[in-house]
Amino acid sequence: MIQSSSQHSWLLIALLLIPLAGSLIVALLRDQRAAKFTAFGISLVEFALAACMWGSFHGDGARIQMAFSVPWIPDFDINIAFGIDGIAMVMVLMIAVLSPIVIGGSWTEKLAEGRSHSGFFSLLLLMEALTIGVFATTDVFVFYVLFEIMLIPMYFLIGRFGGNNRQYAAVKFFLYSFLGGLLMLGGAIGAYVYAESATGQGTFDWMKLTSIVSHAPLHVQVWIFLGFFAAFAIKAPLVPLHTWLPDATREAPVAAGVMLVGVLDKVGVFGFLRYSIPLTPEASKTLAPLVLTLAVIGVLYGSLLAAGQSDMKRFIAYVSVAHFGFIALGVFAFTQQSGVGSVTYMVNHSISTGMFLIVIGMLAARGKSARIADYGGLAKVTPLLAGAFFIAGLTTLSLPGTNSFISEFLVLLGAYPSQPAFTIFAAVGMVLAALYVLWLYQRVFTGEVRGDALVGLSGGPGAAMRPDVGARKGFGDLGIRERWVLAPLLVLVIGLGFYPQPLLDKVGPAVADTLSSVGVQGK
Amino acid sequence: MSIAASETVQQASGTMSLAWLLFALPAFGALVLLLGGRRTNSWGHILGVLTVVAAFAVGLVLFFTSLGAPPDQRTLNLHLFDWIDVGSLQVEFGMRLDPLSMVFVLLITGVGALIHIYSIGYMDDDRDRRRFFGYLNLFVFSMLILVLGNSFITLYLGWEGVGLASYLLIGWYSDRRSAATASKKAFLMNRVGDVGLAIAIFLLWANLGSTQYTEVFARAGQLSPGTATAIALLLLLGACGKSGQFPLQAWLPDAMEGPTPVSALIHAATMVTAGVYLVARSNPIFDLTETGRLVVTLIGAFTLLLGCIVGCAYDDIKKVLAYSTVSQIGYMMLGVGLGPFGYALGIIHLLAHGFFKAGLFLGAGSIMHAMNDEVDMRKFGGLWRKLPITFVTFGLGYLALIGFPFLSGYYTKDAIIEAAFGAGGWRGWVFGLAGAIGAALTAFYMTRLMLMTFFGKSRWKELRSADDREFHPHEAKPVMWVPMVLLAIGSLGAGAFFVLGDRVVNYLSPTLGRLSTAESHPIPELLITIGTLVLAAIGVLVAWLIFGRAKDIPAQRPENVSGIVRAARKDLYGNALNEALIARPGIWLDRFLVWLDNKGVDGLVNGTAALFGGSSGRLRRLQTGFVRSYALSMLAGGVILIGALLMVRYA
Repeated sequence: MIQSSSQHSWLLIALLLIPLAGSLIVALLRDQRAAKFTAFGISLVEFALAACMWGSFHGDGARIQMAFSVPWIPDFDINIAFGIDGIAMVMVLMIAVLSPIVIGGSWTEKLAEGRSHSGFFSLLLLMEALTIGVFATTDVFVFYVLFEIMLIPMYFLIGRFGGNNRQYAAVKFFLYSFLGGLLMLGGAIGAYVYAESATGQGTFDWMKLTSIVSHAPLHVQVWIFLGFFAAFAIKAPLVPLHTWLPDATREAPVAAGVMLVGVLDKVGVFGFLRYSIPLTPEASKTLAPLVLTLAVIGVLYGSLLAAGQSDMKRFIAYVSVAHFGFIALGVFAFTQQSGVGSVTYMVNHSISTGMFLIVIGMLAARGKSARIADYGGLAKVTPLLAGAFFIAGLTTLSLPGTNSFISEFLVLLGAYPSQPAFTIFAAVGMVLAALYVLWLYQRVFTGEVRGDALVGLSGGPGAAMRPDVGARKGFGDLGIRERWVLAPLLVLVIGLGFYPQPLLDKVGPAVADTLSSVGVQGK
Repeated sequence: MSIAASETVQQASGTMSLAWLLFALPAFGALVLLLGGRRTNSWGHILGVLTVVAAFAVGLVLFFTSLGAPPDQRTLNLHLFDWIDVGSLQVEFGMRLDPLSMVFVLLITGVGALIHIYSIGYMDDDRDRRRFFGYLNLFVFSMLILVLGNSFITLYLGWEGVGLASYLLIGWYSDRRSAATASKKAFLMNRVGDVGLAIAIFLLWANLGSTQYTEVFARAGQLSPGTATAIALLLLLGACGKSGQFPLQAWLPDAMEGPTPVSALIHAATMVTAGVYLVARSNPIFDLTETGRLVVTLIGAFTLLLGCIVGCAYDDIKKVLAYSTVSQIGYMMLGVGLGPFGYALGIIHLLAHGFFKAGLFLGAGSIMHAMNDEVDMRKFGGLWRKLPITFVTFGLGYLALIGFPFLSGYYTKDAIIEAAFGAGGWRGWVFGLAGAIGAALTAFYMTRLMLMTFFGKSRWKELRSADDREFHPHEAKPVMWVPMVLLAIGSLGAGAFFVLGDRVVNYLSPTLGRLSTAESHPIPELLITIGTLVLAAIGVLVAWLIFGRAKDIPAQRPENVSGIVRAARKDLYGNALNEALIARPGIWLDRFLVWLDNKGVDGLVNGTAALFGGSSGRLRRLQTGFVRSYALSMLAGGVILIGALLMVRYA
């Protein structure tokens, strides 16, 4: 019954099923220690599998590889079909990299009364399975279903394990995404109807559907485009549909926050590339100025808002809004360089904001607050934490030599020939990025030790700081576990900054293929 | 005009392929020192020095090897690996070994090594000395990438890399608020320039389809005049940011918050001259646009005067030297702005300036070391007896800077002033006179500095430093004064060595083209030389009349002064302008947007929710039993879907 295209399909099947099964097992474990280690072990196995997948993926092979399919609703040609292209593959790998890191990062997370790590980690693994599914499916209907279902574990992660205002944030997150999803469903049905009227046989198979719908008349394409766009613009998010993100990021526990901005939001941009552009190329070209305008507004607006935040987690959310502006600019500028830039930006954004949010989490775990004003002069107390925070900041502001530079520069460089005006406006975001990162660092880490979270750490103005005072007052520097959580991210930040070529090679062909649907030769 | 356009670039082989060590050595040092942590505390500074000294040795070997090759074969390319390769965009991580990059390698590693050695002594009592050396190594690494990279994108990597090192080192004393603010300001103002540089790169890519030097320079002729001018001006914006030129000069004096060896290495000898390097490196582009070159010279001439004027007003010894740097880089910009008439002259002044200004800063560091880190010259006086070595080495740097006959500045600055007069028409007069007046003002403020610091009454005897200690000036340890002596020798002889026989001009010609000389000057060359000397002498004399003859210099600076002095003390209102035009409106805009986002955008959403749900409180209460409503809506969605499908199928 299963049809598979290659001998490596089992890798993809395993990648989907192992975290799903792991989630169940972890949920059932009573012993918290066992639950933690099981979850961590499963995420490591998943990572190993993803690395194998990377190895077996042929950069210059077929667009969709490792595919397999099982019929679900034959009447509508709906199949449980999965398969990956270069873009989906790097996203899946990134999920597999982040999962063990966030699990390790929340090892000692203080959970509210009645909440257990087994529940927490079980939801994280479920998230992992569902998000891998979203990126890897090749059936438009299955994509919709997973797009909606993956909201559930995130809803519970925020609503059960989050901060004080978690219920409000969780509901807001859910309503926004769910509403967008319904509009997308409308678009998908529209595409199906068009396919049926055009060929007599409707389908939800991505490959077949794109080849039919991409030739639809413009007015049909526009409606389908708008349906999908609503979902993706909310998910990405683009201004002005972004206000759910700051609340969700602030209230979510750090691990969930990382999965939210690092993985879940990427589905939006991924959707532009996988669905909007190939399904409705004419509409994408016609409406590109609209998206580009929103993108550039997002860059500038998000950056300015980030600078004005008083809470570090909300800060991360607005930084993400700005970064998603860059990504959308790269996608809708329709050049090979900007497209590859956008896809690698998705990966790099996960690494850099993921690292930033994790470091902020480590800080907030010590000071019991994410308010910027509660801190000051910390570099003297916790130099390593300050260093990690600073490096996370550097990759966030896309300093050359870090991973993010490659993608941001590719986006701008690539977008310039086709969209010079939008590019120049977006380039102003580079200055603003330096402003919001360095100003935040200055307020939290430099000057004399001060702030409500640090009461008792300073001997008063001008008093010399003893090196061990932080440790004695429960405000120690990074511990061994924390260093191991951050080390792989640091390696990725520097490694991909100086040697991004393997990543660029993997995503290049898929981007070229996507661009060919809007008549752009990938060069 | 330039022969650089028709250059031949060969692959580096043999000894020259060892050039990768220039990247690897300081990178290794930085990695070990920054990641090694406290374990490396005891020997970290030694490693930091050794990597740079070794890099200098490699630089010398490469330099002499390249001298062995005929001039037209001195431009080599060393491919290290493919860095960014997307479609037709191919960015190598590679090195361009040519005369221009070679002289920079020697300057950076040579002066860098001396300053590293000096820092062993200067930072001796700092708990984090090892980290300091890590940052210095990081700087040297980035700076070498900047000058050795073989494309505009590798240049950009080094460009922002040195900005990072500069940020870290300006903010070294991180518990000082002023240091934190200054470092952020430096990075931000640099980023403004960097955006200019980035857009210039985008333009090159859009018009020429490459960012590699070889291809860009070979095809620069294809650029339309307007595009060439736009690229030149954007490159200049980048140069202004990095080199502290108007209108982005305000960060450089604030950068003096960093430890003094940093000021010497980064904010005097090397990094801040990167803008001059950029213009010289891009000479095939600047050759195409007279407007572009004119703007470079205008910026240079204006900034050199601005730096001089402000330099006259400060009492902080490091700030005077900082404005002197601003002003001297103005001279260099003026030089390279003259195009084929001045590329080489700008670079030569840059090299000579690297020696004497680094020497001056190290001298200032030695004075601060002796004087409880005091920088207010009004508290100095009569120090030559207490600090004889510092006095002599500093004095040589001073004479070199003001253009005392046969010392460095005499040869290198004079050449620029002469070439400026040769620019023809009103330009010759404007630029030439700006340079000449600058020479007089330079002599004035530097003499003032010398007199206030080393001569006159020993005012420090009756004063205390800011932390309420008495002053006990003493000469520094040899590890500090030996580098000062070596740099003083450079101040003494470098100019003559570079200029006489046109050594450097000829050496640089494969990269910068042959140096053109003006056919006629509005006034004879000899007269320009003598006139400049006379003007400088007048500057010295006036300074002596005001500050040398007077019995005493008040320890508090007089407040009742003329408008021009008040303006100069306020940096000619550069900061006030930034504040009024950018900082304040920016803050207001930001506050407004934060308010708008909370009340407007989000308010709209909550308001809409309230409209549907009755009250916004209901949105909050929706969570009770939400799973049920979720399931319900899923179900509803499913029903709609299946209904739609059935309709489509059986309609």
